[in-house]
Amino acid sequence: MAFAYTPGLRVASVTEVRKERRLPLAGETLVNVGDSVSAETVVARTELPGNVKMINIANIMGMPPGDIPELLFKKEGDPLEENEPVGQTKGLFGLFKNTVRSPIKGTFESYNNITGQAVLREPPIPVEIDAYIKGTVAEILENEGVIIEATATFVQGIFGIGGETRGELKVCVDSPDQELTGDLIDESCRGRILLGGSFVSYETLKKAIAIGVNAIIVGGFDDKDLKKFLGYDLGVAITGHEKKGITLILTEGFGRMTMAHGTFDLLRSREGMLTSVNGATQIRAGVMRPELVIPVDEALSAIGSDKQAGAMDIGSPIRCIRAPYFGKLGRVAALPAELQVLDSEALVRVLEVEFENGETATVPRANVELIEE
Amino acid sequence: MAVADKEITRIMATDCGSTTTKAILIEKRDGEYRLIRRGEAPTTVEAPAEDVTKGVLNAVGEIEDLEGRKFLKADGSTVQVSPDSPDGVDIYMSTSSAGGGLQMTVAGVVKSMTGESAQRAALGAGAIVMDVVASNDGRLAHEKVADIRRLRPDMILLSGGIDGGTIDHVVELAEIIKAADPKPRFGVGYKLPVIYAGNKDAAGEVAKELGDKVELKIVDNLRPVLERENLTPARDIIHELFMEHVMAQAPGYPRLMKWAGHYVDDKWKQVPVMPTPGAVGKLIEIVAKQENIEVMGVDIGGATTDVFSVFHSGEETVFNRTVSANLGLSYSVSNVLASAGFDNVMRWVPFHMDEADLRNRIRNKMIRPTTIPQMLKELIVEQAIAREALRLALVQHKELATGLKGVAQERTIGDAFEQTQTGATLVNMMNLDLLIGSGGVLSHAPRRSQAALMVIDAFLPEGVTMLAVDSIFMMPQLGVLSEVLPQAATEVFDKDCLIRLGSCVAPSGQLKKTDVLADVSLKMPDGSSEELQIERGKMFVLPLGVGEKVQAVIKPAKNLDVGSGPGVEWIGELEGGVVGLVFDGRGRQPFNLPEDDSTRIAKLQEWAKALDIYPDRFLNLEGSE
Repeated sequence: MAFAYTPGLRVASVTEVRKERRLPLAGETLVNVGDSVSAETVVARTELPGNVKMINIANIMGMPPGDIPELLFKKEGDPLEENEPVGQTKGLFGLFKNTVRSPIKGTFESYNNITGQAVLREPPIPVEIDAYIKGTVAEILENEGVIIEATATFVQGIFGIGGETRGELKVCVDSPDQELTGDLIDESCRGRILLGGSFVSYETLKKAIAIGVNAIIVGGFDDKDLKKFLGYDLGVAITGHEKKGITLILTEGFGRMTMAHGTFDLLRSREGMLTSVNGATQIRAGVMRPELVIPVDEALSAIGSDKQAGAMDIGSPIRCIRAPYFGKLGRVAALPAELQVLDSEALVRVLEVEFENGETATVPRANVELIEE
Repeated sequence: MAVADKEITRIMATDCGSTTTKAILIEKRDGEYRLIRRGEAPTTVEAPAEDVTKGVLNAVGEIEDLEGRKFLKADGSTVQVSPDSPDGVDIYMSTSSAGGGLQMTVAGVVKSMTGESAQRAALGAGAIVMDVVASNDGRLAHEKVADIRRLRPDMILLSGGIDGGTIDHVVELAEIIKAADPKPRFGVGYKLPVIYAGNKDAAGEVAKELGDKVELKIVDNLRPVLERENLTPARDIIHELFMEHVMAQAPGYPRLMKWAGHYVDDKWKQVPVMPTPGAVGKLIEIVAKQENIEVMGVDIGGATTDVFSVFHSGEETVFNRTVSANLGLSYSVSNVLASAGFDNVMRWVPFHMDEADLRNRIRNKMIRPTTIPQMLKELIVEQAIAREALRLALVQHKELATGLKGVAQERTIGDAFEQTQTGATLVNMMNLDLLIGSGGVLSHAPRRSQAALMVIDAFLPEGVTMLAVDSIFMMPQLGVLSEVLPQAATEVFDKDCLIRLGSCVAPSGQLKKTDVLADVSLKMPDGSSEELQIERGKMFVLPLGVGEKVQAVIKPAKNLDVGSGPGVEWIGELEGGVVGLVFDGRGRQPFNLPEDDSTRIAKLQEWAKALDIYPDRFLNLEGSE
């Protein structure tokens, strides 16, 4: 077996990026195929059905549910103002009438003769989605959204917190093994996407939020800091919805981790450019990783684009993703077919890796990821 | 729909899991069905393939390579089912949990009564229950509406009211579903399946509310009277709708469903694709029934942990299944830490470890879920987490595997001092005969004794219990096979799937001052006798091979029970296994680990050595990588 399949995070200098911008419910698209859009351009719009309020009119009036319809002022679909009477009892000789009023502004949706319950619905909630990246409208998804296409630098992280944001990329450290410390963050970082090195602490993150930094990209972060930052212990890794005032993207993992040189050098070369980032991560079936998209004017480079995704061969650049070589970079030196016994006594398929310093080691194939060149 | 055995001698079965598709080849040779070969390949539900059958072809292709025979059609387009040709197989079948399995919301009037019955029906059918909506669940109507809409279940099961009981509350629940107007996860333009299995008198009103909004199916009430559940009609329709609606929308499934089948009298007959946990449950039920024993099975996966049980309740045999949706060892590993707490995980690690270090290790496993422990230290940490995931899954199972709540009980004067409530758990570890572990961390543990100690620590079996593991996780395929060819399923299960680890003997009850929990007399297979003592706080193993049995007399100390009652002698047969007979003197009800760190670590090391679960160098791992 000359090659193997392994997961890998994309780090592409220039590539074609396609982003689907889809509405949560059917709605209308506002752009046409071929239109140039900026990241802020609103491309589609819809209205979510309003929240429902249920009131039991029969209970309030103290009457059998079946007797209510003739006492209602509203029929299905009628608009309602807050506090507007919905129905009224006949009272005793025209006196002591019991009036039921709408607690909300919206519409009278339905009344049920058995339960005595009326369903009132608040006005619809408008939802708009923007283009997220600067590019061209490539496709219209009828009533659902659009696909934006751009030539861009594209980098995937391993884990993120916080949703979509954008800003100019600013490099704050000299090397990928340097920690992003508080003293490196000042007023000039407001509204920017900061490139750090190996680590960021909770205290530095707090300072960045206070200054108004939009996002931080670093190699690693401590889990105990994550707990402090979120205010809870993250259970299932589904993120992106946090409203913490900043988006954080880790490129390597938890703990202090030197950012992969390739990633760092590539991002450093894009300093000052408008960058769109999204921290949303979903680690389950249909995995989703955080990302940086930096639209560029360069022509697409043809190199490496025909390589089979996930195919690993002798000489492929890889990163170890589990102890004891976590974070170390190297190249595949051999792919032995036979299973081998690990330190843990497990019998598994392995590969031999030659690290950047020339040393070699045997690691399980499951414990490396491919770095796309 | 059982078929005459002679017609089928070559069987291909696959299980499309969320990450891996596993294929097994079973053949009848020398008059018995045996597992011949196993192959696996990554599941291909997601982009770029977006077609589950690709993974199936790859997994079967691996079997072709290993076996040197053809099982796919010449153009590689499908599994070849051809009874008249030397190539291919006589029948192909499959189970599936890919794409997140079957996700359901259930609704009932009273949460602990019809709500729970509905939950049991859905779980038994192999679903993940995302939410239980009930009239008394404490949420306001609009909150329920918002929750149904947000969760986007694949299907909703609406129950409520015994026959002749409340109508209002049931219709109210239907109104909530109507207001939510939920949209299915897969496929635009088809209606969400909703099953009504409640008060038959409310069926008309429910149909009026929901009829044109959803794909409504009305079946018999799942709780027609308070004293009885009738879950089968609801479970059957869930399976049917799962095939027709949910699976049919997932990428590649329409084709997979066409592939699964065989020829009967020259006519093609389809075999339904089953949800994976539904198939495992089926198999466990069959085993319990055939041997007339009480059985528990646990399958610990990357994202979820399933627990199955068959216990006797009076005259009846009751099957239960629960799924702990967020307890697992890869995707959900961080959630185990969050749910169990750091200290509970740490208490199983036989050396000191820094909290920050452990937390980062667990998180790194979460973000790269497919990695495996290379170092012994990492393996030990992972097995510590597995113990807590298993323990929590059992706690959840005990809460749902109960007798029916709200049932009137007759009490005699003798019961006056015993305040038993209705709905007590059916899980009784003392009565349990067989405990089967499955899933990577148990099936693929480098030493079988590791699997034995993990299930003992997590499940704390009492009295005499046989422990076993599923050798290569093929219970799902055997479950679906049992529908068509029960004999083949049980033969392969017994000979190739189930690996007996050995009996565990654990006295249970309040320990008084005694240091000896039980005296054991054994009559060995070679005719010799052995006299042993189970001492307080100690464990030991007596080698006894697979299929070997000894006659045993176990005399527990006063107050302690090994199955015959407190202080009463137990006489019976103990069966061995690949680990042997495990004697556990650490106590049950209660089982406590020493609170002091150093004493606890010393004890963990002592037990690990007694069962020989790790190489001796594990004693020097502190501070290492």
